[in-house]
Amino acid sequence: MDLASLFFYLFSFIAVGAAFMVIAARNPVHSVLFLILTFFNAAGLFVLLGAEFLAMILIVVYVGAVAVLFLFVVMMLDVDFVELKQGFLQYVPLGGLVALILAGELVIVLGGFIFDPHFASGVGAAPIPDIAEVSNTKALGLLLYTRYIYFFQAAGLILLVAMIGAIVLTLQHKEGVKRQNISAQVARTRETAIDVVDVETGKGI
Amino acid sequence: MQEQFLNALNFTPAMPEIVLAVGAMTLLMIGAFNKEKANTTITGLAVALLIVAGIFVFQNGSETVTTFDNSFIIDPFSTFMKILTLIGSVAAIAMSLAFVRREGFDCFEYPILIVLATLGMMMMISANDMIALYLGLELQSLSLYVIASINRDSTRATEAGIKYFVLGALSSGFLLYGMSLVYGFTGHTNFTEIANAMQGGHQSIGLIVGLVFILTGLAFKISAVPFHMWTPDVYQGATTPVTAFFAAAPKVAAIALFIRVTYDAFEPAVKDWQQVVVFISIASMLLGSFAAIGQHNIKRLMAYSSIGHMGYALVGLAAGNQVGVEGVLLYMTIYIAMTLGAFACILAMRHQDGMAEDIEMLSGASKNHPLMALILALIMFSLAGIPPLAGFFGKWYVFIAAIEANLYALAIIGVLSSVVGAYYYLRIVKIMYFDEPRESFEPMPTELKVIMGLSGLFVLGFIGFAGPIGQVAKAAARTFFIG
Repeated sequence: MDLASLFFYLFSFIAVGAAFMVIAARNPVHSVLFLILTFFNAAGLFVLLGAEFLAMILIVVYVGAVAVLFLFVVMMLDVDFVELKQGFLQYVPLGGLVALILAGELVIVLGGFIFDPHFASGVGAAPIPDIAEVSNTKALGLLLYTRYIYFFQAAGLILLVAMIGAIVLTLQHKEGVKRQNISAQVARTRETAIDVVDVETGKGI
Repeated sequence: MQEQFLNALNFTPAMPEIVLAVGAMTLLMIGAFNKEKANTTITGLAVALLIVAGIFVFQNGSETVTTFDNSFIIDPFSTFMKILTLIGSVAAIAMSLAFVRREGFDCFEYPILIVLATLGMMMMISANDMIALYLGLELQSLSLYVIASINRDSTRATEAGIKYFVLGALSSGFLLYGMSLVYGFTGHTNFTEIANAMQGGHQSIGLIVGLVFILTGLAFKISAVPFHMWTPDVYQGATTPVTAFFAAAPKVAAIALFIRVTYDAFEPAVKDWQQVVVFISIASMLLGSFAAIGQHNIKRLMAYSSIGHMGYALVGLAAGNQVGVEGVLLYMTIYIAMTLGAFACILAMRHQDGMAEDIEMLSGASKNHPLMALILALIMFSLAGIPPLAGFFGKWYVFIAAIEANLYALAIIGVLSSVVGAYYYLRIVKIMYFDEPRESFEPMPTELKVIMGLSGLFVLGFIGFAGPIGQVAKAAARTFFIG
């Protein structure tokens, strides 16, 4: 067994085990931490495939943003996960049956899977273009901004709509909120800011 | 290679879409910097933007051009459907004017989201690739989810939004799963390439499973039975101008997508999708007719009515011939006109204390509002399919196509269910003309009068201009049958 397959099995086993722990852990915070472990190992698998850009993106986006967001949600929302998980096991027989049937159907359907001879002959097997010539990131960028420019821009618009939606549906304009007005602060002069009062002794203001 | 590609990049076919996208972002800026003051301006500009996009659609002419690496296509069919969609969106914005003023839900994002949804619809209509299809669909759906619950203080609207979102996400899942199977078994996402890969007769079972999943996802979007569950609740829950928008433009775009996918990508598998379309068509027609009978809320009633009408439109698609596609195009044109008119009337049903949604509120409307009652009666007769009104001709075209394709059972069930459906349309007419008058509605705003009048004219005078519209529809339908 060469080093690459050794690492493949290492990453895969830890990824699958950690993924199982995500749903098995009692403490939701532990679940999220196991999720992060799963992401890291998946990123390792990507590196083994030579897709280093995807690996880094997985860590930056999923671990850096999504998992941390999950952690916040888990900690901020007062959901009793232990209660949620009660009676979890009673669904196992039915759920298992459904899963078995689905798996059987998938085998039947995918049994007919034939690779297009064009792809099977090796065009699909090796990444185009060669990694030795162009780096991963560059290759993606060259495709994304030329051939797939339309899809890229459309995806950007979808994200814009998502942002508008989140703001429209949740932003509350409250009355009487005091906001910092920097120009007003800077424009203050000594005359407008300070009031000199001559206070008589024993009277107070 | 990249330089060559960039030089060959042709933006002209996508000009309407680019105009809408850039315009929407500009409007967003205007809105964000002016707060509530600019609401009216933005609404006006949004309408202008849609009209400008319409002009660009016209300018693109009647040639078939593809661009963006063959993933974006314009042809007479796309021009026809885009114009219909734009009409639906413009009318929806216009109809919301008075409502927004009265109800005071001031929110400059509303017209902008309609523009973005329209942009998504136009991208769907022009999609020639699975990825383009999905992106267009998602842009449209995501905007619609937000629009559904834009009146966020109303519990019903929020519920409508959530329901729509959850079921819409589920349908997107179906669609993506189907696409991934199709990609796996053909090796392509491009419609033309998929059709090429399927040539040669034998289709593997995986491809058919993928096709069925894609059709399921699309059926969700046009709310065809058995994927219609969300429609009545969303239509009832959403604010009325929003419902008017939902019932018109998105249906046209989704039907266009349905036609594009079945005829462009899966044309070789016509026998396989035909069964599916026949089934959902029959189920929609029957449910649309029977379930609407017990409804008292007019928005719910319109929801079931729209389910039924999608069933009729699919009859033409099931026929699988050129006359059928032509029939669908005409049916959608007529459907848009009738729906917009009906919703203009529903929006005019306003008392001092708010909107009236119960159909009993219309009782005796012929005494208080003779003109509105007349137009609504005309539209109801037309929806029921009574000659010589427009709705009759819509049904006529699709049923003729079905008979030409030897789908006699489909045509007979269609005719029978339209007889059943006539009951609840005619009941509204009966309530308006023969029941005791109730308190009258508030005077209606001009824009509603205009839309109502235009719709009434279209419905009544369709026989007069059936010729020219038929010509255009024929040219549009021919797109799929050349070569």
